[in-house]
Amino acid sequence: MSQIKINGREVPFEPGQTILEAAKAAGITIPTLCHLPQTQASGVCRVCVVEVAGSDRLLPSCETPAAEGMEVKTDSPRVREARKGILEMLLASGQHNCLVMDLPPEKWTSFQIETMSRPWHDQICPAHGDCRLQDLAVEYGVTVAAQEPPSGEFPLDDEHPMIVRDFSRCIQCGRCVAACNEVQVNRAIPAPWGPRKDQDPDQGWYPLVDYDNCTHCGECVQACPVGALFEKKAYGLAYANDVEKVRTTCPYCGVGCQLWLHVKDGKIVKVTGVENGSPNKGRLCVKGRFGYDFIFSDERLTTPLIKQADGSFAEASWDEALDLVANRFMEIKQKHGPDALAGVSCARSINEDSYQMQKLFRAVIGTNNIDHCART
Amino acid sequence: MTNSFEDFPKAKMFFIIGSNTTEAHPVAATFLKQAVQDGAQMIVVDPRYSGIAEHAQMHVPIKVGSDVAFINGLMHVLISEELYDKDYVQSCTVGFDSLKEKVLEWPPERAAEVAGVPAETIVAVARKLASVKPAMLIYTLGITEHTCGVNNVLSCANLQMLLGNVGFECGGVNPLRGQNNVQGACDMGALPNVYPGYQKVIDEAARKKFEEAWGAELSPNNGLMMPAMMDGLVDGTVKAFYVFGENLANTEPDIRHVEHCLESAEFMVCNDIFPTETTRFADVILPATAWSEDDGTFTNSERRVSRVRKAVEAPGVSKPNWWVFKEIAKRMGHDWEANSGQEIWDNEISVLAPQMVGIKFERIENDGLQWPVPDLDHPGTPYLHKEGCFTCGLGNFTPVEWTPPAEVPDEEYPLVLSTGRRLYHYHTRTQTGRCAGLNDLLGEETADISLADAAKLGISDGERVKVSSRRGEVEVRARVTKQVQEGMVWMAFHFREGCANWLTNPVYDPVSQTAEYKACSVKVEKLA
Repeated sequence: MSQIKINGREVPFEPGQTILEAAKAAGITIPTLCHLPQTQASGVCRVCVVEVAGSDRLLPSCETPAAEGMEVKTDSPRVREARKGILEMLLASGQHNCLVMDLPPEKWTSFQIETMSRPWHDQICPAHGDCRLQDLAVEYGVTVAAQEPPSGEFPLDDEHPMIVRDFSRCIQCGRCVAACNEVQVNRAIPAPWGPRKDQDPDQGWYPLVDYDNCTHCGECVQACPVGALFEKKAYGLAYANDVEKVRTTCPYCGVGCQLWLHVKDGKIVKVTGVENGSPNKGRLCVKGRFGYDFIFSDERLTTPLIKQADGSFAEASWDEALDLVANRFMEIKQKHGPDALAGVSCARSINEDSYQMQKLFRAVIGTNNIDHCART
Repeated sequence: MTNSFEDFPKAKMFFIIGSNTTEAHPVAATFLKQAVQDGAQMIVVDPRYSGIAEHAQMHVPIKVGSDVAFINGLMHVLISEELYDKDYVQSCTVGFDSLKEKVLEWPPERAAEVAGVPAETIVAVARKLASVKPAMLIYTLGITEHTCGVNNVLSCANLQMLLGNVGFECGGVNPLRGQNNVQGACDMGALPNVYPGYQKVIDEAARKKFEEAWGAELSPNNGLMMPAMMDGLVDGTVKAFYVFGENLANTEPDIRHVEHCLESAEFMVCNDIFPTETTRFADVILPATAWSEDDGTFTNSERRVSRVRKAVEAPGVSKPNWWVFKEIAKRMGHDWEANSGQEIWDNEISVLAPQMVGIKFERIENDGLQWPVPDLDHPGTPYLHKEGCFTCGLGNFTPVEWTPPAEVPDEEYPLVLSTGRRLYHYHTRTQTGRCAGLNDLLGEETADISLADAAKLGISDGERVKVSSRRGEVEVRARVTKQVQEGMVWMAFHFREGCANWLTNPVYDPVSQTAEYKACSVKVEKLA
């Protein structure tokens, strides 16, 4: 097998693999921002640059193919300095007020007031604690102290029910574009790397959405490495470090997507796809991502109900309700035989529930009159 | 599914028939669309120019209910042009001669007449299909929800066996199951003819096995399928009806008839999480825990048993459904030991269902396993009938004859209504209707009609219309769309008001008892 040397270590690679892929397979971490697995590298952010012997320039590891005998340094002082510069530039390009404490006091107040007066900025950034830019800024000791905080207008799209697109925090990495066009293949976020007639060039080339094609799946939100795209329903409810993540299976169609439920104080505040989990490999649709809050509806049944003579329902205890059901079942079975009872199980609920219901009909009532909606 | 979703990104050819994949199975569709983007071929056969059809190289808009004729026409071409897999047919199948005899009655010209597409298209599809091996056949309810649903499924199997595509990665016959756990409910024996793991109730050995396991005497007779249960409620042979988590009053064809049946029950019990149109008819309603309030498993379309976990507490005094059934059993003199989802699965289901023996909760902490999993070291089965070695021995060709839908358009009701699901809601909206935002994305039912019919009837997009059938009528907005072909109306059943099931026809496939949701006759009138 072919070998390259990364940080002095021999690392095997498959032909066609990039330096980033070879490093990742060998357990060597190279930071990335714009790279999105399962898609073509866009190579725009340059955070993944590495030093390659024989090249004057630093090369982006996400799009540089590994080659036999190549010598690569992923974490040299030169590389770290370059990354720091890139991160400073990215931080300065948007209203990333999570690092605002670095600013000198005379700038701090006005910047913070201005930022917080914008829509969707009254709370800490929704990505706080789960932001690639923030993580890297901390890791690389980036400070914005010497920067002029950005001012001016950024596009904001919050007219749709599920997702906010706040370009004041966009780093133009293009992951939302790749997620939409290459992963979900909805082609609802045309690549903004060139003049688009529907966008004002003075506002910069931000990846706006063509809502005729958008399915509101939120793949773009999941792909966003910063707080530019976020879920309206989750806004301000919790931050990454104060939720418990519970893995489960989606309750809608028969694909069985794997979900992370983000739970705080007994409530699901957000749902994301389990990256690399089978079968969905992190992907979700609009129902899987946003269809979780029905369980918290005020209309839930909360107590057993028994129908009264006038047709209304009265609340009952479990004992009352279950005794009534069991007695009526036994009565009917005795009078008309077990086949006078029939049941329909639920194709939405867990296997264990369907198993118990058919067992009740077969082993206790004594009939095979058990079915569910598989046929209809 | 004989195969897996993991095959989708690798497959080179898809034949998709009767599947609204981008709306009914959106995430599965992403892998299909991506495969096409990366060079795979896709043929979509569907009366509608659906979302997935937009990605196909070929869309074949056959007429509603013409599937058997169309596929017989394809097989005619494959056999007469000797494009089928002769080695596979010879070594892995039986019944080729009778299949051949039948399909030779269906030259492309005759199939074309029934299917409403040119004979040349049928020839082209057959040749294209035969040019790439293996090809994956994918279908959904467009195949099954017909009075000839079973014959439609047999046609799909015939076609794939003739092409030698069953038993290989990236091949097979792949029904995308509608609901999250409809596969599991079948696997668990919530069917009137089989115990858990598809062991037949009329088989004495199977019955003895379960009698011993459950310590009870079991009925040797097949039970009633759902439509017969409903009829039984009316004729008095069924007195007590237990409905668990189903909103039959909206989901079954011909709502007026369904409600009459439910009304006739002498005693009706519902387990549910919300009051529904169906719980109105109950004598006792039992409040159940919902998804994410209890621990258990779902089984997806590709036979993968995955964990479902409790993340939050249920409201009020709601209880798990398995607990409710256990408590009723106790009151009827049966004490069941298992006292959690895990105990029920590990100690009973995976012991009694041979396909599940190797699946225990501890093995599916992360990704689930695809049954059959015959022992604890088995890695699961991504595709069935490996190398054409069928579970039953040889693959059976079953020649089938085309039959039209039970109700076909006439002067009074000149249009065909076909029904399905839309992206933003699920079934009767008991769940999605209570999720913030989804009603904003889709707030009402529409009748989707073709540009041609809209012009003929003088109806513009968004205008209110009356759609009526022999069974009922609804008033909805028209959605004039190029997705629908002339002579067709398409609706969903998500909204009580405007629900397609006020109109649908309660006629069933004679074997599967699946209702003909995909074809009934209606008329559309402009409202003054």
